[in-house]
Amino acid sequence: MLKDITLGQYFPGDTIAHRLDSRTKLLLVIIYIVGLFNANGWYSYALIILLTGLCMAVSKIKPKTALKGMKPLVIIIILTALLNIFYTDGTPIVEGWIITWEGLARAAMMSLRIILLIVGTFMLTYTTSPIALTDGLELMLNPLKKIKIPVHEMAMMMSMALRFIPILIEETDKIMSAQKARGADFETGSLAKRAKALLPILVPLFVSAFRRADELAVAMESRCYHGGSGRTRMKQLKMQGIDFAALLLGALFLAVIFVMKKFGL
Amino acid sequence: MSEIKVSGLRHVYSADTPFEKVAIDDINVEIPHGQLVGLIGHTGSGKSTFIQHLNGLLKPTGGAVLVDGEDINASKESSRDARFKVGLVFQYPEYQLFEETVYRDIAFGPKNMGLEENEIDERVREAAALVGVGEAYFERSPLELSGGQKRRVAIAGVMAMRPGVLILDEPTAGLDPAGCRQILDNICEYREKTGSTVIIVSHSMDDVARIADRLIVFNKGAMRFDGTPEEVFSQPEELSAIGLTVPAPTYLAMELKKLGIDTGCAIYTNGQLLDALLKMRGGERNA
Repeated sequence: MLKDITLGQYFPGDTIAHRLDSRTKLLLVIIYIVGLFNANGWYSYALIILLTGLCMAVSKIKPKTALKGMKPLVIIIILTALLNIFYTDGTPIVEGWIITWEGLARAAMMSLRIILLIVGTFMLTYTTSPIALTDGLELMLNPLKKIKIPVHEMAMMMSMALRFIPILIEETDKIMSAQKARGADFETGSLAKRAKALLPILVPLFVSAFRRADELAVAMESRCYHGGSGRTRMKQLKMQGIDFAALLLGALFLAVIFVMKKFGL
Repeated sequence: MSEIKVSGLRHVYSADTPFEKVAIDDINVEIPHGQLVGLIGHTGSGKSTFIQHLNGLLKPTGGAVLVDGEDINASKESSRDARFKVGLVFQYPEYQLFEETVYRDIAFGPKNMGLEENEIDERVREAAALVGVGEAYFERSPLELSGGQKRRVAIAGVMAMRPGVLILDEPTAGLDPAGCRQILDNICEYREKTGSTVIIVSHSMDDVARIADRLIVFNKGAMRFDGTPEEVFSQPEELSAIGLTVPAPTYLAMELKKLGIDTGCAIYTNGQLLDALLKMRGGERNA
């Protein structure tokens, strides 16, 4: 069933990670990524793995859930590993082989880097609701308004799009069932036939998406929405003690990584 | 000839996840050929889940559904057969219209059945006539019709498959009283003409009381009542305990009884109430 697809992967909770300001978490993820890409020794990786594990424990993410989020990227990870194994010069494992010790090490490091990258960003979406995330982004990008970039409008569109994904999935499910009840067949036949079979779903889906967009526009205007100027929020984002503490730790982490890089650890 | 037999039906949504939910549990029911069944129940009582099992759209977690003695989930073919034997009209069916013309939309179902061109034509005309959609509408886009017309075209799209069992989920939701009456009349006419079994899911007690032979009441995924409208509506306290009401005329008769005016018989339609009151005054109703 379509309904079983998880999107956004936000799981409500009340851990420290959930309580952090979304801006803090966005900044921390950036710090994490910069750190990750500057780590090129095994000790640095050990430190990052340790920290990641710690963060996962704090935000109560089960390793199984994190692994599930990695599924779509397995092919990329394997491809990266293979390319690095075969295209790195150095001392061969066995005389005359193309596979080198350096290649193996590089492959391991690169795969690990991708995996950690996914886990890190996964922690952000796992602990932050899409609304908080777009709010945080909007506030962080606010200075761009000075150069006439419509930050508010972009954030609004993003949160609306996110909001409508589950609704459209449900609608697709309903229309599919209705057409199946009329004998429509989506599972057999040639590719061209199957593509054509999608028409009875797509037409009603588009019609209803336009209808919803229209209704939403009317609903927003009847509540006097006129863009971002002078708009206040129900949930004010506020940096607190733990946010500054977390950012401080992040800065410390980055400093340690750079020092380790200098010494080739 | 279509007879439905459901035994031990159970369905669990999102099994083995934190969102697991038992929608219906241990449903046993037999619906003989030709009956008009009203299915009532509160939102979330499992009615919609139940009816989607009857044509094989949902697969049961446990139990079986037999149509004409054949398990519809036995194979892919039998599931597909069941879709043509058991026609299901979803809630707000007007949102599934997609073809360029009304004619082609009604023909979608029969075409999927693999019928001959002239057979399709005959069925489309018959179904359109049943719901009162004139031939003048055949070449128009279904999207430019009024709400009630769209709904009738969508229902005709299922009727054109000539299912032995016609199931309608809230066919009158969101229509004005005249539109409601017309759609219910169309459904009754279809049943008279074809002798099919009809199952109507509804919130409106007055509607189902007027036309149903039998009422099945769902509550929290289980069958709570099963009987004639008279039997079911004679238990107003139990019904209101599960968030349902009795039809307005029944309610009125109950209130009259409290005031000492006992109509003396079970009442669940306006006509019955009128007859009973006139009878008490010693008069007859003018036809």
